[in-house]
Amino acid sequence: MRCASRSWSAVVPLSDTGTEAPALPGDALRERIVDQLRDALGDGLVDSLVKPGVDVWVRVRTDAWRAAGIALRDIVGCQYFCFLSAIDWLPSPFGRGEDDPTAPPPERSTEIRQGYTGGDTRMQVFARVTNLSLHVGVTVKADVPDDDAVVDSWIPVYAGANWHEREAHEMFGIRFAGHPDLRNMYLPTEFEGHPLRKDFPLLARLVKPWPGIVDVEPLPGGDDDNEEGGGE
Amino acid sequence: MTDLLDRQKLSYIAAQAADARLNVELETEGMTLNIGPQHPATHGTLRIIVRLDGEQVVWADPSAGYMHRGYEKLTEVRTFPQVTTLVNRIDWLGSFANEVPFILAAEQLMDIEAPPRAQWIRTILFELSRIANVGLFLGDLGVQLGAITPVFLAFRDREYVLNLIEAATGGRFHPNFDRIGGLKDDLPKGWVDETRQVMKKLRNFCDEMENLLFGNAIFQTRTRGIGVIPKDVALQYGLSGANLRASGVDWDLRRDQRIPLAYDKVDFKVWTHPDGDSFARCWIRLQETREATKIVDQLLDGLPSGPVMAKVPRIIKVPEGEAWISTENPLGEMGYYVVSQGDLGPFRVKIRTASFNNISIVPWVLRGVFVPDVITILASLYFILGDIDR
Repeated sequence: MRCASRSWSAVVPLSDTGTEAPALPGDALRERIVDQLRDALGDGLVDSLVKPGVDVWVRVRTDAWRAAGIALRDIVGCQYFCFLSAIDWLPSPFGRGEDDPTAPPPERSTEIRQGYTGGDTRMQVFARVTNLSLHVGVTVKADVPDDDAVVDSWIPVYAGANWHEREAHEMFGIRFAGHPDLRNMYLPTEFEGHPLRKDFPLLARLVKPWPGIVDVEPLPGGDDDNEEGGGE
Repeated sequence: MTDLLDRQKLSYIAAQAADARLNVELETEGMTLNIGPQHPATHGTLRIIVRLDGEQVVWADPSAGYMHRGYEKLTEVRTFPQVTTLVNRIDWLGSFANEVPFILAAEQLMDIEAPPRAQWIRTILFELSRIANVGLFLGDLGVQLGAITPVFLAFRDREYVLNLIEAATGGRFHPNFDRIGGLKDDLPKGWVDETRQVMKKLRNFCDEMENLLFGNAIFQTRTRGIGVIPKDVALQYGLSGANLRASGVDWDLRRDQRIPLAYDKVDFKVWTHPDGDSFARCWIRLQETREATKIVDQLLDGLPSGPVMAKVPRIIKVPEGEAWISTENPLGEMGYYVVSQGDLGPFRVKIRTASFNNISIVPWVLRGVFVPDVITILASLYFILGDIDR
């Protein structure tokens, strides 16, 4: 039942298999992106990290956030907007929600350890854009001031940032200056709090402890296997 | 816009201008129409509020969130192996494909790689999920346009694929089969031959769909030139997968990045289409399904032997670091940005799903179209609610 291609004879699919795909990105290419950004932003580029053979991270100053987007789009050639989001680096005061509710709460470190390319603030926004012709993507981060969580909106640079910024605003409480419409996407309008912040408790875990902890009765016939945790 | 045919572009602009003039003359009054959350065209619970002028949409606002399950928060209270159970449920029609990028990200952080056989089986199951997912899209597409037959054929043939996935993994919809360092199990006996048979059936199914649907005059009239998304807009909004390739962008993560899956061992064609309209998006998906069956066939021919699980510690602790891995899922680019602080569980997981970006373009693309076209455009953009809301 092979179909004769009568109906879309006008359509000429673009062939790609004839052309040679460009070489997959090397670290020289990633270094070049960092250099391009340094030229464009000056001291707006705070830190960068090229993990050999894996990926490239850059961190820009908060006030250079939009300029970084424009430089990435126009100079580095990253036309494709992948995503934008935020990270809260505060260690969760609730751990993984596996504390024994009857025992006193354990001591937890409150030291903030930022990830790659460092940082000075509790929260950071980060985004990823890709250069489709060079096959290389960049993750760009910026600090979000602790006292006044505002960064510039990326909508003028990448229109697709609209929903991502709405989501980040709702989940982290970061405001995006210049965003026309920071309504909640998921939660009711009157919802209080920002669920993805680490100090927002996961209530389901607090009201009903994780079964792995409560279920301390030994299995019938089982041996004394006290090992916990994942793995196969 | 340079990639659209000039003729097509001009006729589109002219049609819109003529309509606008008419509306000014008639002084029609606006109306707000609520589509959803329970509309059959929304594949779940997406609500779209459209402001109409006569039959024309002047403003549209999709509101997601009816199925928000907060997976990004939930991953923070899980261990790494437990996360696959959650992410299975993001795109429920192609579940296995959701697990793969997360596992690959964790493996990258731990600096281990699955053995070759596991990588090949992963790729096979990945493509089977694509066939199950996109095959259903092809059937569902007909329903949106008033054709009932294709959906029965799609469900019939998807069943073969689901049976295969079930035979290999034990789960029809949520396999939860991928492990850090490999796979839970090897393939069962006779599975390879069975799969070859099914792939033949699936290729017939694609031909059947092509005959039934894509050659149909009504189908063509309702999709050609409707919902045109030019290349630059598609890139700005981060459209991915078939939606991006239908706008003429030659980009496929299976071919264009180096990840430990077996795609570089097979020969396949990445289809693109210059038009960027609803028809192009549907057509690309049809070709993709066919291409996926060929990929599976090639992988089955060269399936290496060996173990399916690398040596990993019994309790998995992932070293401190950050990793971003994305793969070409049935709906488009899906990726996980995994941050680990050396604990049993991830510190933060950002889940980048394809439908989220694909639907964020809706306010742009629906402006100026007619109400019946809203349905076909939504159908051709192809989203899954779990994939938007997470």
